[in-house]
Amino acid sequence: MAATFFGEVVKAPCRAGTEDEDEEEEGRRETPEDREVRRQLARKREVRLLRRQTKTSLEVSLLEKYPCSKFIIAIGNNAVAFLSSFVTNSGVWEEVGCAKLWNEWCRTTDTIHLSPTEAFCVFYHLKSNPSVFGSCPRKNMQITILTSRHVTEYKTSESTGSLPSPFLKALKTQNFRDPVCCSLLEQPNIVHDLPAAVLSYCQVWKIPAVLYLCYTDVMKLDLITVEAFKPILSSRTFKGLVKNIPQSTEMLKKLMTTNEIQSNIYT
Amino acid sequence: MFVPCGESVPDLAGFTLLMPAVSVGNVGQLAIDLIISTLNMSKIGYFYTDCLVPMVGNNPYATAEANSTELSINTEVYSLPSRKLVALQLRSIFIKYKSKPFCEKLLSWVRSSNFARVILLSSSHSYHRNDLQLRSTPFRYLLTPSMQKSVQNKIKSLNWEEMEKSPCIPEINDSEFCIRIPGGGITKALYDESCSKEIQMAVLLKFVSEGDNIPDALGLVEYLNEWLQIIKPCSDDPTASTLRWKIPSSWRLLFGSGLPPALF
Repeated sequence: MAATFFGEVVKAPCRAGTEDEDEEEEGRRETPEDREVRRQLARKREVRLLRRQTKTSLEVSLLEKYPCSKFIIAIGNNAVAFLSSFVTNSGVWEEVGCAKLWNEWCRTTDTIHLSPTEAFCVFYHLKSNPSVFGSCPRKNMQITILTSRHVTEYKTSESTGSLPSPFLKALKTQNFRDPVCCSLLEQPNIVHDLPAAVLSYCQVWKIPAVLYLCYTDVMKLDLITVEAFKPILSSRTFKGLVKNIPQSTEMLKKLMTTNEIQSNIYT
Repeated sequence: MFVPCGESVPDLAGFTLLMPAVSVGNVGQLAIDLIISTLNMSKIGYFYTDCLVPMVGNNPYATAEANSTELSINTEVYSLPSRKLVALQLRSIFIKYKSKPFCEKLLSWVRSSNFARVILLSSSHSYHRNDLQLRSTPFRYLLTPSMQKSVQNKIKSLNWEEMEKSPCIPEINDSEFCIRIPGGGITKALYDESCSKEIQMAVLLKFVSEGDNIPDALGLVEYLNEWLQIIKPCSDDPTASTLRWKIPSSWRLLFGSGLPPALF
């Protein structure tokens, strides 16, 4: 509870996220029907691996079918655009599977027929070198994660307005021995959500992994933000994967124009 | 589950486990940070679960460039074998409906590791205090029955206040009395489970409000120190206590980045 300057008492959100009273009540009032509803909801929220954009599930785990040495995962529109233009555009990449998931934030209730604009993930592998996997923890595998965040999430003693965004920062697991292409993310900055989940897994199970995080002030698809990822093209993972940079830049420009929403008199 | 940093699982039998509850003001977590930082405890492993929101960052206790690049995750285990102390640090909040499974996994680990006792550092909403509590010290303790047998005399000698029972349902006049810890997160659940599983657990908590909770964390570690004597007790000068505990380097910018000069 907190008192405002106007004399009202309002329920302030607790930083520690403790809604414990509510949860305890839920536990007491839970009937077998509630438990069944929750079980069904959990089943609906399971991540499903499907084969090549079809509805058939993968019989074996993706990594058993396609063992790999390099696993690159891009999260977010700018990171995906970078990977599409510079990496999967060079060489021949074959789509080997996809992951579909649903949760309460999706605007559709249909878990099977998710359209490409809904949240989902496609796995590609390089035909000429099948051990490279674009988009599971084996000992000789190295994982690279690309994502972006808004620059206001970056903590610094100066004001975030004065930062030269976009800029790249990295976080790596203990077993990652290669040089990184930019400076490491300093404390007290942290990363959460999916990139953190992947990196945590890799740190715990001693898999070499690196996260490249682009801090930008433009969250929608943006040329300058995508180009901020370019320094990683000189890293060991990407050397040899990227063939033609001018062609990739052209590809990127095309991606931008197709994704541009028609402006109207209000913008 | 516990995953060691090294190749083998260290022997933690007979150790004291210090851990926080994710509670109001994050006081328990701040207190554990102070303990790990001051005692320079080394990381021995991770308590890897899907019950807390994932997060990563570089070493929060870094003292120099050399040790600043070690990755830290949301649940880590540190130890100081010379004092038979183990600290579990939780750095993010629980995912909805996952706090109970976490308590179960935690207590199962406590039993399988043969910890001598668990000390849970926590906090509770200060606005829930009754009149008596408002006038007394803000620190409280709770002991499970099996713990009471071993430390009751020591606790008595410290003149500590035990957490009072309050009406289970405040709106009803003749409601039964029970222990309530509003804002305490998993404190009550862990305490109740430890009572029924006969685990030696002590809960140390402070009544706090959200805000700059660093002084509360310092207060809580001093309270713990009265009992465990983690660091040498000093004179009565209260300001000296701030200097005895090492503030971790990650406690910078707790309230955000710098301000744009154009604001002024």
